Amino acid sequence: MMAKTPVQFSLNGSSAAVFVDDAQNLLDVLRRGVGDLTPKYGCGQGTCGSCTVLIDGEPHLSCLTLAETVEGRSVETTNGLAAGPNLHALQEAFMENFAAQCGYCTPGMLMAAKALLDRTPRPSREEVIEAISGNICRCTGYDPIIDAIMAASGQATRRTG
Amino acid sequence: MSSVEFRKDLFREERDDNLQEIGKPTRRQDILGHVTGRSPYYDDHLFDGLLHMRCVRSPHHHARIRSIDTGAAERMPGVIRVILARDVPNNLNTLLSLINFGKDEEKLIQDTKVAYVGEPVAAIIAETDRQARDACAAVKVDYEVLPHVLDPEEALSPQAPVVNEVYPNNTFDYHDLYDHQKLRFGDVDKGFAEADHIVEGEYQMSPIEQAPIETCGAIAAPETNDRYVCYTSTQALFFSLGTTAKLLDMPSSRLHFIGGTVGGGFGGKVDSIVEPLSVLGAVLAGRPVKFMWDRTEEMQVGAPRGAERWRIKDGVARDGRILARAFTGFFDAGAYTRLSSYAIIKCSAHLPGPYTIPNVAANVFCVFTNRTPATAMRGFGITGVDFAIECHMDKVAEAVGLNPIELRILNAYRDGDMKPHRRLAKNTALIECCQVAAQKSGWSIGAEAARQSSLLGGGGPRAEIPETVTDMAGQIGERRRSVIPTAPGEGASARGNVPAGTQGIPIVAAAPQDEDMIMDPSRTGYRGPSSTPTRIPEAAIATDTRPQAAAPASPPPPAARPGPVAPSGSSQVLQPALQPALSPPAPQASPEPPATAPQPPAPDAASQPYKPEKPFSRGVNRPGVSRFLSGSRRR
Repeated sequence: MMAKTPVQFSLNGSSAAVFVDDAQNLLDVLRRGVGDLTPKYGCGQGTCGSCTVLIDGEPHLSCLTLAETVEGRSVETTNGLAAGPNLHALQEAFMENFAAQCGYCTPGMLMAAKALLDRTPRPSREEVIEAISGNICRCTGYDPIIDAIMAASGQATRRTG
Repeated sequence: MSSVEFRKDLFREERDDNLQEIGKPTRRQDILGHVTGRSPYYDDHLFDGLLHMRCVRSPHHHARIRSIDTGAAERMPGVIRVILARDVPNNLNTLLSLINFGKDEEKLIQDTKVAYVGEPVAAIIAETDRQARDACAAVKVDYEVLPHVLDPEEALSPQAPVVNEVYPNNTFDYHDLYDHQKLRFGDVDKGFAEADHIVEGEYQMSPIEQAPIETCGAIAAPETNDRYVCYTSTQALFFSLGTTAKLLDMPSSRLHFIGGTVGGGFGGKVDSIVEPLSVLGAVLAGRPVKFMWDRTEEMQVGAPRGAERWRIKDGVARDGRILARAFTGFFDAGAYTRLSSYAIIKCSAHLPGPYTIPNVAANVFCVFTNRTPATAMRGFGITGVDFAIECHMDKVAEAVGLNPIELRILNAYRDGDMKPHRRLAKNTALIECCQVAAQKSGWSIGAEAARQSSLLGGGGPRAEIPETVTDMAGQIGERRRSVIPTAPGEGASARGNVPAGTQGIPIVAAAPQDEDMIMDPSRTGYRGPSSTPTRIPEAAIATDTRPQAAAPASPPPPAARPGPVAPSGSSQVLQPALQPALSPPAPQASPEPPATAPQPPAPDAASQPYKPEKPFSRGVNRPGVSRFLSGSRRR
């Protein structure tokens, strides 16, 4: 019988407690253990960014994060972005700017963008590009995503295409 | 913010509406789910007691399976079930068999021979993904490594190893009769003779992985009504359902497929591999089973856009008019057909690209190699050859000293022109595209080119089908010697085959040119009628366990091998320099370290006659009764 470790953390402001397996990663615990399906599995090796969540406000790849390490910390996922029926400015901007096509990278992209805007409310376009440089999107070609993040920060978009 | 610019002036006659929605951002109907992370991808369905499936995969390009020992794996913690080929009720399929195209050739799980790296030989279901992986590593497969071939032209050599026993010549058989698709329009030899310049080129594309961010996968679970639900990433839900019904010998009414939310597809999610395996797992385990490729599998065994090699030979007049264009093309299908056969049909109808050329010939081969099977991807069948054609157009422009955009305008097709696949071109717009592209990029073109229009100058004589070379049977097609007629007219309609697109359109025949239409075995590697498949040498398989000694002899040096057939006038098209060397001999490329102490092969699944279990027989498995979604198969 594999040993289970209790882990307690804050998930989008609510407290969560789960038993995790030896070496289980945070992505798996969030999805299967807690039932928050918003972070996505894309590669399991930290290259695609679709599992990005915020731990104490910093973006982390949950597929490479041991679940035990979030004990006592604050985890944010896309599930916590909207306040009741009111979407987050980033979500609105993604909708308006056609910043998703298949949508699979979107939750990770949103969390990477939220980390940026929380720290830098009015980023330059270059800072936006840097912030999402760890997130792969295979559909959009990135411009609509960059436009959306600029729009969410209250800055005019500048389409390059 | 619209970046779309309407040029209604160019096609005033064709449409007068204002395209209200085009060029404006619109909100996707599924975008709310995407931005809230709630779009239901297949992996977003939670099941109690979910089991995980992983595959044991071939490490070799090409190897015979001597034995598979799953004893240790079965005893590993968490392992629920090991699935082998004999557990698959109807373990032979080809993807397009649902539309009666091609012969069944690919096993869901292999038991006799693997033909590409990553081909599955067993699947293991365990409580956790980690346990399934550990158990896969504990399966011992005894392989006898065979020579492999990774280049399509090497695969056409008569000495090349047979990749796929159903197609012993390493080429897909069209209509059971033709080893390639052949396009003939006019007489390229005449065109080359009239030309001032001959411009030849060779172009090679690599395979391209679709690389969706969501990997291919499916979750299947028993339902309460004797059916199985399957949540899948497929791009082709009913294809996957029909394929699953066929492989599992199960009426489709017992399958409840749910899809439609796809985390990126780009063509790579039509091959219907994960669905039959996950449903089979749910049947055998009686519990929900997830089969999700990891990223490594997605890249290694996910079917890519196949590699293509093209040789193009143009005959060009001094003023830049292309008088004749001949193609020889090789599609690398990998080890199994999947969709490559269809891609080539699409491709042949597209040649010679968006140009009006009076004499066109093409021979396009669908070749099996020991690479990952190729499949659909964004415009497959067209994209690769268009790359070749447009590179070649630049080469032609350079050779005749013409502005490359003017050259394209000069040769562009126009409304009313006859395309070589015997359809009239309509709604053409290449000329206008060239003119606008030149204008936007500041590339100057002459007044004459700037005056041209797709709407003018087409049709008339350009709408005619030219006198076209045929064989003595009045057909266009390179056939097996066994059905080649010896006198004009003989055997012409024995099989009723006429080239694609020519139904009801009389072919105006030039003098029969049988040489061009008869397949020369030395040219193509043709080894005999496909009804008597060549077997890979069985020599000493059971007793001789020395890895190299058991393999067939290495292919000989390439020196004497003639090139594959090129469209007529072939001797000029193929230059020896363009022939890829048969180097190094294939067997040496994957040396198998000699086993420390070769064990005599134990009696095993692979050496016994194949006896499928029939766990799903529900009165639908009667001979002669079609069990599947559509069409008849295997009478």
